[in-house]
Amino acid sequence: MSTTAIREDRSGKGMARVSAALWRRAWLRATLTLTPPLAWFLVIYIASLLLMLVTAFWTVNPFTNVLEHSWTLANFNQLFSSPYPTIILRTVEMAAIVTVTDAVIALPFAYYMARVASPRARRLLFTAVLLPLWASYLARVYAWIVILQKGGTLSWTTSKLGLGAVNIGYTNTAMWVVFSYIWLPFMIVPLYGALERIPDSLLEASGDLGARAWRTFRTVVLPLALPGIIAGSIFTFSLTLGDFITPLLVGGASAQFIGNVIYSNIGTANNLPFAATLALVPIAIMVIYLLGARALGAFESL
Amino acid sequence: MTALRTKGTGERMKPRNVSRAAGALIAVAATALVVVSIIPAAASAGRANGGLTPPEAGAPVATSVGKGEGKLNLIAWEGYAQPQWVKPFTAATGCKVNTKYAGSSSEMVSLMANGGGGQYDLVSASGDADLRLIYAGDVRPVNISLIPSWKNFQSFLQSPSFNTIGGKHYGVSFEFGPNVLLYSTKTFKTAPTSWSVLYNKKYSGQITVPDNPIQIADAALYLSKTDPKLGISDPYELTQPQFNATVALLKQEHPLVKKYWDLASQEISLFQSGTTVVGAAWPYQTNTLVADKVAVAETIPSEGATGWADTWMLATKAPDPNCAYKWMQWMTTPQIQAEDAISFGETPGNKLACPIMDKLQKGSCEAYHANEPSSYFQSIKFWKTPLATCDNGKNDCVPFQDWVTAWTSIIG
Amino acid sequence: MEGRATRIGLRIWVVAVLLFLFVPIAIIFLYAFNSSNVQAWPIQGLSTKWLTVAWKDPQVHAALWLSVRAGLFATAVAMALGSAAAFGVHRFRFFGREGVSLLLVLPLALPGIITGIALNSAFQYVGVNLSLLTIVIGHATFCIVVVYNNVLARLRRVSGSLYEASADLGAHGFFTFRTITLPTLSTAIISGALLAFALSFDEVIVTTFTAGAQNTLPLWIFGAIRLGQQLPEVNVVVGFVLLLTVIPVAIAARLTGGGGVTRASVAPPRRERGAAVDVPASAEFEPAGL
Repeated sequence: MSTTAIREDRSGKGMARVSAALWRRAWLRATLTLTPPLAWFLVIYIASLLLMLVTAFWTVNPFTNVLEHSWTLANFNQLFSSPYPTIILRTVEMAAIVTVTDAVIALPFAYYMARVASPRARRLLFTAVLLPLWASYLARVYAWIVILQKGGTLSWTTSKLGLGAVNIGYTNTAMWVVFSYIWLPFMIVPLYGALERIPDSLLEASGDLGARAWRTFRTVVLPLALPGIIAGSIFTFSLTLGDFITPLLVGGASAQFIGNVIYSNIGTANNLPFAATLALVPIAIMVIYLLGARALGAFESL
Repeated sequence: MTALRTKGTGERMKPRNVSRAAGALIAVAATALVVVSIIPAAASAGRANGGLTPPEAGAPVATSVGKGEGKLNLIAWEGYAQPQWVKPFTAATGCKVNTKYAGSSSEMVSLMANGGGGQYDLVSASGDADLRLIYAGDVRPVNISLIPSWKNFQSFLQSPSFNTIGGKHYGVSFEFGPNVLLYSTKTFKTAPTSWSVLYNKKYSGQITVPDNPIQIADAALYLSKTDPKLGISDPYELTQPQFNATVALLKQEHPLVKKYWDLASQEISLFQSGTTVVGAAWPYQTNTLVADKVAVAETIPSEGATGWADTWMLATKAPDPNCAYKWMQWMTTPQIQAEDAISFGETPGNKLACPIMDKLQKGSCEAYHANEPSSYFQSIKFWKTPLATCDNGKNDCVPFQDWVTAWTSIIG
Repeated sequence: MEGRATRIGLRIWVVAVLLFLFVPIAIIFLYAFNSSNVQAWPIQGLSTKWLTVAWKDPQVHAALWLSVRAGLFATAVAMALGSAAAFGVHRFRFFGREGVSLLLVLPLALPGIITGIALNSAFQYVGVNLSLLTIVIGHATFCIVVVYNNVLARLRRVSGSLYEASADLGAHGFFTFRTITLPTLSTAIISGALLAFALSFDEVIVTTFTAGAQNTLPLWIFGAIRLGQQLPEVNVVVGFVLLLTVIPVAIAARLTGGGGVTRASVAPPRRERGAAVDVPASAEFEPAGL
């Protein structure tokens, strides 16, 4: 931009005056900039969350489905009685296993993408990782049913290879595979970002100091990649925690997750208070998780 | 978000301290929050509470059907709004149809909250949703004389207890079907004669039943015949001891079940891959599988069957009542009844549909029981909402909310 | 740096992961040509009839169009609000500043069903009818953070001296914004917008609770899956959308990080400070001239 262009700018004294006035009043600039997004969040999102959560202390008349504003802890009593603790535990376990699985799968992949691949290969790989997100989540999960069912693609392949038929359709294993598959791109992208930011000089220095490749990886690369892993884990953990579609489509007979029970309480029972009580569990878990993740620096890698 | 470090001027923007602005923002936001959170105490989804009279019983009914409003919003089961009969309907009436599909009766009840929210006109509710809709005031009475085909309906579908209360019709019955026992003809050379196959350890891991709390009624129906001393007469009206016995049976069944199906297509998948060999189903699944040359068949065992009867119900706040009436008229004509019966695999309510069905698809009238005598219909225990007030006048039956809670603990 | 054996091992791993990612996609494409309604393996027969069925289906057209509109509106809102929030957080220090990122990420970090139910009850309570507006509100809420993160990351990496120089040369604030800030941020905003659009386009859980009588594409797909009579048509539509998006995704990849402007050519200051936590974002496209 040439300086003459600036001097010739005729956008006017008016604009310049306003601009100067704003420059002097930083608080006004801040308010104008921050109010729209924060207002949106507080008034639309947080307020509606609170509205819903308040109903956890109320009940619904089973006959008429009208909310009764009588403060009670009955919902919480129900929450702590069978089978809800089992369901919650099952969900958290699956979320943790899926997170670890995705981290393990993503790490070598992201490392290759960030440090070994040529720029062109990197672009291709990045596209390849993002592309599946555009093929509907539902369609992809449904495709897994074909793969995992009795006599499905997986079973057919292992039979042909002489390994015998493998029938894992409608089991927890099936859910684990599908969850890991669906959230994998969400783990790869932040991990790639974190790995890609590690300067070569650090790794060279480590080598100069006598560390072999594996030691360098363990003591230099992994700690620096950790924020990326944690950032990715926010997604894999929370998405598994609240999902009800995958357990519905791919799970077996004991596959109720927190999301399913919330959904059935809203859909089946019209029992908003109990659904809200149930919803408190993933909210509490995720808020704690997010605070921990922020402390570990993961927000830089999101 | 660690504070930005600066190394030399100009390298980084120094953030400006604007505590005053923050103060203003926070104050406004906090006030808004507090106001919004306290107000719910004042207002709610408040409606007159149900009691024993439907809140909309006194609502005025249309005396004639006027000009169409140009659009119609439906909540329907999948397959109830096929282009095959929607296109001619729109051409004839000018009402453009938008359909919101729902996967379960309860979803329909949920969507219909607040009288349909001023958005939906009609809902194809099954019997177990009807009472809940009626007593919540979400649907209002229709003028049955405005639907001429109603005269030709099977007598027991004209004013059934699940959609007609106090002489007022809260919609028009549509079609119905039984919940059948679907089985693989490879495993069962002859049709099973009892629902006991679903509870038989021999088929462990190869059984499937619907994921729906109303399934408890199927188990209750089975127990009513196999354990008469429980005294179950109506599978939807269970006293606590009867209910407990039924739940115990279902919990015993749980380890034998491979999958509780939520979507019809899931059961189709299960049978087609051979994962399951027996299960509870709708005729729809049987037809789809047979059409695809999968070796299955269906039967109704000796203990009888539960069933579902769908009603097109009019939303209290329907924005397009004229188009709604036109749809109800259209969907009850013999031709459309026949088309839908074959398409979905259910039985038409209109007696005149049978010959048309055979013309469209030979043998379909018998296949879908459209020509069966009334006694067959009487043998089906149609879905209805379990209420605490039993028909026998007492108040000790288990209400649906408890069925839902129990179901969650059954499927674990 | 890495040994040859390691490189080979990594390559094998990458191929395996790519297979893992794309086998289900291949299944989708294959079963788009399924002659039967039931998805059996091996596939029973091939037919192209579903291509015409999908092409002519008015419900598909309506659903696609609604998804596109909802995505565009939500992305527009997210771009405006996300960028504004990023500016505010970057330029000003205020009480609660640390919490803003946490707040904005909540809609993505909390399960969708919770957001959906909360918004649905709020709309009912306020008396707003469910419609395109409510869908957009729902989508925009979780799309904001995506744009916010991208823009904030870019803001932190661009030297502040540009703005000071601009002011020194006599330009007022709006002029600087228009000619310096926006171009610098453009690729960050665009890549954030593309990701936001992708999130909105495929969203099903929140949309279930915020859509009225309309169907977005994922809602239509869910309905079709329920019925089980149109599965090949679903696969056709999904395959079609996927093919259409290959190019935009490739562009987005280039803008976000596959850009190639990384270790070899980038300016030292970012690197010498190591992976310091105050310099986030994967290598982004540097404005020409820096």
